[in-house]
Order: sequence, then structure tokens, then C-alpha cells
Amino acid sequence: MTDRSSDSNAAEHPGEPLVTLKNISKSFGPVKVIKDVTVNVYPGQVQVLLGENGAGKSTLIKIMAGVYQPDSGQILINNEPVTLANTRAAEAHGIATIHQELNLVGSMSVAENIMLGRTPKKFGMVDRRELRRQAKDALDRIGLRVDVDTPVGELGIAQQQLVEIAKALSINARVLILDEPTAALTKHETENLFRVVEELRAERVGMLFISHHLEEIAEIGDSVCVLRDGEFIAEVPGSTHEDELVRLMVGRSIDDQFPRRIVEPETPQKVLEVEGLGSKDRFSNISFDVKAGEILGIAGLVGAGRTEVIRAIAGVDRHDAGSVTVRGKRLPKGDVGAAIAAGIGHVPEDRKVQGLVLDATVNENLGYATLKSSSRLGLADFAGQRQKAEEIAKKLRIRMHNIDQPIRSLSGGNQQKAVFGRWIMAASSVLLLDEPTRGVDVGAKVEIYELMNQITAAGGAIVMVSSELPEVLGMSDRILVMRDGEVAGVLSAADATQDAVMTLAALDMDEDQ
Amino acid sequence: MSTATLTKPHQGFDVRKFLANNGALVGLLVLALALFIITPDFLTGPNLLNIGIQVSTVAILAFGMTFVIVAGGIDLSVGSVAALSAMVSGYMFVSSGLPGGLALLVGLLTGLVVGTVNGVASAYGKLHSFIATLAMLSIARGLTLVISDGRPIKTAPEVSFLGGNVGPVPTPIIVLVIAAAVASFILNRTVIGRSMYAVGGNAEAARLSGLPVKQITVTVFALAGLFAALAGLLLAGRLDSAQPQAAAGYELDAIAAVVIGGASLAGGLGRISGTIVGALVLVVIRNGLNLLNVTSFWQQVVIGVVIALAVGMDVLRRKTRSS
Repeated sequence: MTDRSSDSNAAEHPGEPLVTLKNISKSFGPVKVIKDVTVNVYPGQVQVLLGENGAGKSTLIKIMAGVYQPDSGQILINNEPVTLANTRAAEAHGIATIHQELNLVGSMSVAENIMLGRTPKKFGMVDRRELRRQAKDALDRIGLRVDVDTPVGELGIAQQQLVEIAKALSINARVLILDEPTAALTKHETENLFRVVEELRAERVGMLFISHHLEEIAEIGDSVCVLRDGEFIAEVPGSTHEDELVRLMVGRSIDDQFPRRIVEPETPQKVLEVEGLGSKDRFSNISFDVKAGEILGIAGLVGAGRTEVIRAIAGVDRHDAGSVTVRGKRLPKGDVGAAIAAGIGHVPEDRKVQGLVLDATVNENLGYATLKSSSRLGLADFAGQRQKAEEIAKKLRIRMHNIDQPIRSLSGGNQQKAVFGRWIMAASSVLLLDEPTRGVDVGAKVEIYELMNQITAAGGAIVMVSSELPEVLGMSDRILVMRDGEVAGVLSAADATQDAVMTLAALDMDEDQ
Repeated sequence: MSTATLTKPHQGFDVRKFLANNGALVGLLVLALALFIITPDFLTGPNLLNIGIQVSTVAILAFGMTFVIVAGGIDLSVGSVAALSAMVSGYMFVSSGLPGGLALLVGLLTGLVVGTVNGVASAYGKLHSFIATLAMLSIARGLTLVISDGRPIKTAPEVSFLGGNVGPVPTPIIVLVIAAAVASFILNRTVIGRSMYAVGGNAEAARLSGLPVKQITVTVFALAGLFAALAGLLLAGRLDSAQPQAAAGYELDAIAAVVIGGASLAGGLGRISGTIVGALVLVVIRNGLNLLNVTSFWQQVVIGVVIALAVGMDVLRRKTRSS
């Protein structure tokens, strides 16, 4: 193919591609989001699509899935040009998408979900035996062992995802589009998913894989197509070094992924003290303190109780034992307002569900925590709030057209900065961060880390829960490891290694490796 | 305060955008123009005042409903609460000899209390507001019948005054204007009003930002009850008597007015100006069909189609804008 990049690094591909998006361009109104991009998906190969938020990845996969029509360019399936008028047409050609938001009906069984729309019938009634058999075949294909009669809602997110993959395969999908499938998975679940990917590779299914986790690419990807601002930048082998991938992706090298600057205050004062905190069935006997200028990282496996501890400190959930003290003042249980008044700011795990009012403007979202405290006689201080919001949006470099834009239209990284901004506006001195960079691209990540540096430099204290070990190791001053709802140990950043943290987090857990 | 409009990067007046964002208003103007052309009776002083009087009840009920819907709930009890409030007021005046002014206040207080009960059931009792207020729809109507024994009760002169005229202007229209100003002020300027949008848009995010979601919910329903009571008293004032079956089914008009006015039943969206337009659309259609001698049976069909069209177009517009 003469139109492909002449990059000598270009990956080797066996045989003919299953699907080719050839010289695709797409505009929304005046904005050109995809400019002359070519991507191939080969049988038995994992093609990674890499790029920052806004690079055009999701538009591209939507074109492949039949959601959008390209303005120009061709879609080839087995080298035949086709038109994918809608998602049904794409599915008919064997292209299935596993979205981040899964398309399953929680109250229906695994078998019913897999066979949805194709329920086997006998005398006009559901043939349950055949339903179960076909569903079981589909699950066997990817080696997933769950009871097909279980309601899907009772499965964890990782298993639900596998059910969806089984469903796609059972409709003879030959091309799977995996849109950030690992974003919500633990390390262990991710490995499980990758085992399934290996099996699909052996079955010669072609896969298009999107991920923000660079370290996964070497593990799973055969070839990486890098996009930047809607343009094709390069196609490189999956084994390409992470630093090089980042450089291609952002167009400059990010020297330091974790730019932690430790500040030693003259008199290290304890800002947050947690004593014997416990909540039935969730966590018990959690004690730690955080000093001004310090970042305490909380590591642990998913389900270790990290988020629950953070929520109890923030007053979102009630705890039943122990105490939380901020600057010598003990907080009442389960009272978000009191926690905020004491200087606590909480950046929750899921910004869309817990952090933001998506239809409201950037201005309003920044101002919720200070709506009451800035008011007089019950009247909101619009002018004052707005001025502060504008200053903060500028300071945090929230990229937007204007502050009255619905926050829904911002990219993930900028939305996350707005959640931070709310607490900066409230002048919070203790920030509780739950997965602060989840679903955020590399550039915005570094900005968020810089923000954390600024907060601690100004005497603030930070507690950060993160499932990304490099982040915990790179940004924390001390690391508290949780296991089964208890403190498994505390490490100083200097002594901590991935192995040391994982040993504490997973000790006496049955890790079958 | 007015910087909100000044800082928007408007370059002149964007007609298309205005039309797209004010579909209900455009529809109303087209409707009025059509009626003006078809029938000479439409644009006459008496008919317009008549429209004004009819809009007042629907719109005031709908203002309360706007708070509830913006905050992500629904209140099916407003019609019954309107009737109960007027009935309690009349009963206190006639049977307990309460001074008329106090009887009026007791009527308003009744709505406030019943609304608060709705709010508590919904916020603390964890009942979905649809269920809580469905129950209240029945309870309040039942109490109205119990108190009145199914018969109308004479209202206090102060209540009847609400149904009268001030000079040439019917009092309900004056009350409507004041109620609209108050409702709009609450929704746009107060902390509680702004909080309603946050609670309706995403209650969990609102709670995590420190907004007292339960208190806000109670306040919202209390306000809906208060506005319902005001509408009920207006209605009674016009007839000089509280009727046991007054305002039956009005909750549906109120919901329709709010939704035609651009609010979303999912919460977080809605404006008082939109609600007024929505109420006007409903009333003007009924008025026009009456002038054209269309039977009330067909009127119901037409109203239903209009609601479906108005909301359907709004949904479509949002969809095209967001993609």
C-alpha cells in the first residue's frame, strides 16, 4: 500500500486485512476531527489506537462501528468497499464493539443477555435448554466459567465485560473493537482479559484496542497506530518503548511522568488525623495522619476498602468507630457539609456519576461547594462566584470556549480539573483524591500532578487513592497499603517498590500466578 | 449581576438560535397569529382577560411543579392540595369563625404543610416522589371531601377578593405576575434555587459537594404545596366558594405546562418563563378551540397531540445539539 506511512519501523502484518479504514476524513460542523487517517485490522492481531483525548480515536471507532459516516475515504472489508449505514450493518459484517458502558440488561440472566434478540424458541415459547446450551458454548469459547442463570447485574464489571465479548463472538464477530476495556479493571482482571484476547488471537479474530495504559500496549498490542489532533502520526510495533509512544502521542517528550516536588515545611503540622476508623463489613481500625505539605498514597487491590475509607473521612458515608480530626477539630459522622467547612475537599472516584452535574455549566460546577458559604441572606453571589470561577478555570488551564458551556462537552481531563477546581475555589486544605487521573490523558495527567504539587507547596495535605501503582509510587511521600479493610503497612516513598506494595496488598490472597 | 449576558460571545442577535431555543414561544406566537386571522373574537379585550384568568391558575400550579421537576421529582398531588387548601380556608372561616385574612393564611399554610409532608416522605422516607405524591393526591382529595362533606363551602371575602378585579384588571392576573416574579427570583437568585438544578442534575454530585440534598428536596415540595394552595385559593375566590372537586386533574396540566416550557423530567432543566409559555400554550389552544366551537372531547385529543409534539421536538433538538 503506497498511501501508508513510509516509516521504516512500520509493523509487519501477515496476510490481508479484515477491515481497512482508508484515507478517512470526518468533520462535525466546521471542526475537522479526522484528517485522512488509514487504519487496518488484521486477523489474529491486536491493533492499538493511541492518542490523547480529542485525538479522534472515538470518532474513528464509531466510523468503523457504523455510528458515523465518513465525509471522505473508504471502508474496506476483505478488500471490498462497503458502506456501514448503521451499527446493524457493521454487525452484519462481523464488526462488534465492546463499549466502556456495557450494553447488558442487569436484571436478566447471563444466558438471556448473550442470546438477546436471538432467543431460541420452541412452539412459540422460549426454549430454555437450548438458550442455556448456546450461551454456555459462547462462554466456553473464551473460558469464562459463570452460571448462565446468574443475573448479569450480580457479576463484577470484569465478568460482565467478558459476557459481552462472548455475546459478540456468538454473533460471529470477526472484528472486535475494545474501547478502553481495562479502564475499570484491576490488574488481575486485566490479565484475565488479556488471556481471552490471546485466545481470540488464536481464533484469528481481529481486534482494535484502545487504552490509556501505555504499559498494556507492549503486553497486548501487535501494532500501534498513533493519532494526534485527528491526524495519523505513525504506525509502530507494539514493542515500541513507552517514552517513544508518549512522544509520538503528545508531539513532545514528557521528561518526567511523575513530577513530584517534595516540600519540607519548617514545622510539619498534622493536618488530618484518622484514629481507629471502622465501618461494619467494610474496614476496621484504620489509623493514619497526614502532615501539611504531604501526599499520602493509599494503595491496595480493588475491594480492599480504600474508597470506603475516603468516603467516610469526607462524610459521605457514616462510620461506626473511630474519629476523623482536621486541624485539631473532630468531625461529626456522615456530614459532608461539616467536613467541607473544616477544609476537606473530596474528588470522587467517578467524576461523571459523583463529581459533576453534566448538564450544568463549568461555572456552576466549579461553584457548588461555595454556593452557600458565599451567599448573603440566602441569595447566591453570582458576580463573586463567577469571577472566582473564571480565575480558577484560567489557573487550572481548563480548556473550554467559555465558562457557560455545559461541562459535558469538555474532555475527561478538563472535567477532572474542574472537580479539583471546585475545592480550590473552596480553599480546601485537605484533599481526598480517589483515582484522580482515571480516564485522563497523559498531558492532563501531568497537569493534575503539577496541581497536586502546588497544593502541597501551599501547605495543603493530600490523601490519594490510586490503582495505578506507578502513580502511587511516583507521587506519594508515604504509601499506606490496605488489604481486606485493614492497614497492611505503611512505606516511605524512598523504600517503596512495586513489589513491596503488591506483597503487602496481596499477601495471603490467592493469587494464582 | 448582568455580566452573565454580557460576557457571552454574542455577535448580534442570532435569530436561528433564538428560534431553536424558544420553540414553545414561537409555537405560541404562531398559534395566536393563526387565531387572530381565523376568528375576530380572539383578539378582544374580554377574551384576553379571560385567557389571563385561566392561565393564572394553571401557571401558578405549574410554578410549584417547575421547582419539583427541576429538582428531579414529580408532584401529582398539586390539584388535590389546591382543593384541600381552599377547603380548609373556607371551613375555618365558616365553621370556626376565623377572621378572613387569617383564613386565607391558614389556606396557604395548609398547602405548605401538605407539601412538606410530600417532601419528607420523598427525602427521608425514600419513597419515589411519584408514589409519595400519588398517595397524597388521594389523601388530600379524600380529606377535602371529608371536611366539606362533599358540599361547597363559602370563602372568606379576602379569598373572594383574589378572584375579583382591581380596577379593570382581574386580580388573578396580578397575583400571577407577582407569583412569577417570586418563583423566578427563587429559582435564579437564591442558593436554594440554584441548588435545585444541582440536585435534579445529579443528586450524588450535589451531596458530595456539600449541598443538603434532603433539606432541598423538602423545601422544593413545600414550595410546590404553597403555590398549589395559592392556585386553589384563586380558583375558590373566583367562585366565592371552595369546591370539593376543584382542580381535579390540574396536576396533569401543570406537568404539561412545565414540560412544554422546556424542562426535562430527568431533572436539572427548566425555567419559569418557559413554564408561563407552556401554560399559555395550553390555555390559548383551549380558548381557540372554544371560539371555533370545537367540542371539549376533541379538545382533549388536540391538547394531547400538542404535548407530544412539543416535547418530541424538544427532545429531538437536544439530541441534534449534543451529538
